[in-house]
Amino acid sequence: MVQTAVIGDERAGVEPEHHEPKSFLTKYIWSQDHKVIAIQYTVTAITVGLIALVMSWMMRMQIGFPYSLGFIDQDRYYQFVTMHGMIMVIYLLTALFLGGFGNYLIPLMVGARDMVFPYVNMLSYWTYLLSVLVLVASFFVPGGPTGAGWTLYPPQAILPGTPGREWGIIMMLVSLVIFVAAFTMGGLNYVTTVLQARTRGMTMMRLPLTVWGIFVSTILGLLAFPALFVSGVMLLLDRVLLTSFFMPSIVSMGEPLGYRGGSPLLFQHLFWFFGHPEVYIVALPAFGIVSDLISTHARKNIFGYRMMVWAILAIGVLSFVVWAHHMYVSGMNPYFGFFFATTTLIIAVPTAIKVYNWVLTLWRGNIHLTVPMLFSLAFIITFVAGGMSGLFLGNVVVDVPLSDTYFVVAHFHMVMGVAPILVVFGGIYHWYPKVTGRLLSDAMGKFHFWVTFLGTFAIFFPMHYLGFVGMPRRYYDFSGINFIPDSAHTLNAFITIAALVVGAAQGVFLFNLVWSAFRGRLAGGNPWRATTLEWQTPETPPGYGNWGPRLPIVHRWAYDFSVPGADEDFLPQNHPPSRETAETAHGRPIAKGTMA
Amino acid sequence: MSLIRTLTAKPWLEQTPEDLPALGRLPMPTARVGLVVFLAVVATLFALLVSAYVMRMSFGDWRPLPALPVLWLNTLVLALGSVALHLSVLGARRGKWTTTRLRFLFGGLCALAFLAGQLVAWRQLDTLGYFVAENPANTFFYLMTALHGLHILGGLVAWERTAVKLWSRSGAAGLQLSVELCATYWHFLLVVWLVLFGVLLADTQGLFVPHMHHGF
Repeated sequence: MVQTAVIGDERAGVEPEHHEPKSFLTKYIWSQDHKVIAIQYTVTAITVGLIALVMSWMMRMQIGFPYSLGFIDQDRYYQFVTMHGMIMVIYLLTALFLGGFGNYLIPLMVGARDMVFPYVNMLSYWTYLLSVLVLVASFFVPGGPTGAGWTLYPPQAILPGTPGREWGIIMMLVSLVIFVAAFTMGGLNYVTTVLQARTRGMTMMRLPLTVWGIFVSTILGLLAFPALFVSGVMLLLDRVLLTSFFMPSIVSMGEPLGYRGGSPLLFQHLFWFFGHPEVYIVALPAFGIVSDLISTHARKNIFGYRMMVWAILAIGVLSFVVWAHHMYVSGMNPYFGFFFATTTLIIAVPTAIKVYNWVLTLWRGNIHLTVPMLFSLAFIITFVAGGMSGLFLGNVVVDVPLSDTYFVVAHFHMVMGVAPILVVFGGIYHWYPKVTGRLLSDAMGKFHFWVTFLGTFAIFFPMHYLGFVGMPRRYYDFSGINFIPDSAHTLNAFITIAALVVGAAQGVFLFNLVWSAFRGRLAGGNPWRATTLEWQTPETPPGYGNWGPRLPIVHRWAYDFSVPGADEDFLPQNHPPSRETAETAHGRPIAKGTMA
Repeated sequence: MSLIRTLTAKPWLEQTPEDLPALGRLPMPTARVGLVVFLAVVATLFALLVSAYVMRMSFGDWRPLPALPVLWLNTLVLALGSVALHLSVLGARRGKWTTTRLRFLFGGLCALAFLAGQLVAWRQLDTLGYFVAENPANTFFYLMTALHGLHILGGLVAWERTAVKLWSRSGAAGLQLSVELCATYWHFLLVVWLVLFGVLLADTQGLFVPHMHHGF
């Protein structure tokens, strides 16, 4: 009985030879191994994320306890706002989900030895690192980083008076352009690997939803990031060569500038043509990962697998026709608002399907309240809360009065800040044993979870109320504004304390990451008794080439949990359909041939 | 349709004890899939540039550029390069490596000549006083030709690597594919250039009726 196959180059019919790198440099630094590149991406992303976290503390200190920190003047405040947003959205979340999770999981989950273009994959990481270094360098240039807000709207982004107007904005735009190049190189790999490197039996509809989420998200990125690239280059030219793509005739501080006739709205269209898909670039991998976490930790097949795939595809398509709902207050044609409000509300349908399916997967499941499951449940709650306020803001008449208030801050932080980062944490707790061979400490994990989940609600939920009382966002100083009641100031102080606590709790997480790598409980190959291929590798952590001499063969979909009549409550994807199973040392059934 | 068949599969019902599903790859080499994905990204980039061009054009300060005669010559040279690479592919398929090499070489030289011609066009515009920041039409022209030229330069890197292989070990496995991919890239960049040049010509001829901005 043939249970194994050698999958090779489609033309030659043999597996291409892999030369395992031997030296430290080629193995860990200039590595072309997708697992090493994934860790490089993850560590870099978390590092810049910590910078952004500290900046959020600085902002909150100024809002909660005005002028308690002497070095925060208004320029600094706007620089913190800008860099916090830009880093969190692009350099942390995008890089972590696609460069980190995507790199690690795609080849393992589809049963490949590596990405299809490993050299380009390596270049992707180093280019990403370059973009991060340029970004960080902008803290040290004269005038500091840009304070234009993460949307970098012209004209103010490049006008005198905006912090970082001299060098910061240039560094920011150059860094973004480099990031787009890095993302394109990585993205080519993710898409092509999913299409071309699936092992035998791994049809598209047997892919775990994690891979579907990352796959569609990458396609969105590949089509959306060019808009950021184009707008970035054009804004750079407006700043450096004084061209007038976006810059109208303008008098600044009493002096007419050289610009003529440009359109700031054009920038907004280009920016949000990138910016809205970006929301889903971050959300779709989270959707996929959370589906797999819920199914695995509730020991139940995912409810409505096909609907989940279709919903991911539908969200992907729709995300390109809703961008102008970010521009209701920009003075664009009101009929456009009607169109974009309609498309925006339609996108709630596939999203709601996904939420229902997660809940229905949990229904009568054998729910294990492991740390990954806790984070997944928290994700559903947070995502629903953030999504609901999106329904309000999607309507033009509701958005107009709320647009410049803290209601919007609450909405987008819950829906695309906290919700995806909860999945990042859940994913890290889930796959850490595969990456290191050891489990993260459960006690520290639960502490980290509860402080983060309750803490982020303490931060962002009250902001809805601040928005309702009309507290404007983007303000550096609220003193002397009569319509803001004293209670709002008290609430702000409370939010700041919550933010400090949540931020500090991340220290526990980081400590756990390091401590458990050496002291954590040994995990074995498949501690969660999961079905997907990455848990069926012959070694843990997986060795070079992932699969030993033989690639796995896939016989079933990724969600065979609690199958009636099966010996165990899960059947791995490479488990053959016949009753002949072999017990391995781990006590899990495995295809006979894969032991060869 | 296989896409619909793929997406309507019911993986939870599938039983494949003996006949495992085939590999499920697209029926083309992986390198070509990678190239097609990349070209989709580049196409998006230029489509966005063109749409920005059309949007920006409707503002009152737009003064179209003249269509310089040298641009027609450049277009011809770029098309010749594309034809040469196509013929090179035909040669490679028949295993005639000497003609393949010469045609391949000619195709790359055409691309280099095109770049030189574009630089000449820039010089002429500069001499005529169409400076980069003078008018948005000028800026767009410089920006679009620069980005297109950079993509051609990138293509020349791949062309050079393939050429080295063609001369050192012609007939090696995968060489035909490399030539084919270069040809695809050349055709693609020719089409992009034709679109950009077409937009410029239409603008010069006044085919885009300028109207005041009504807000979009």
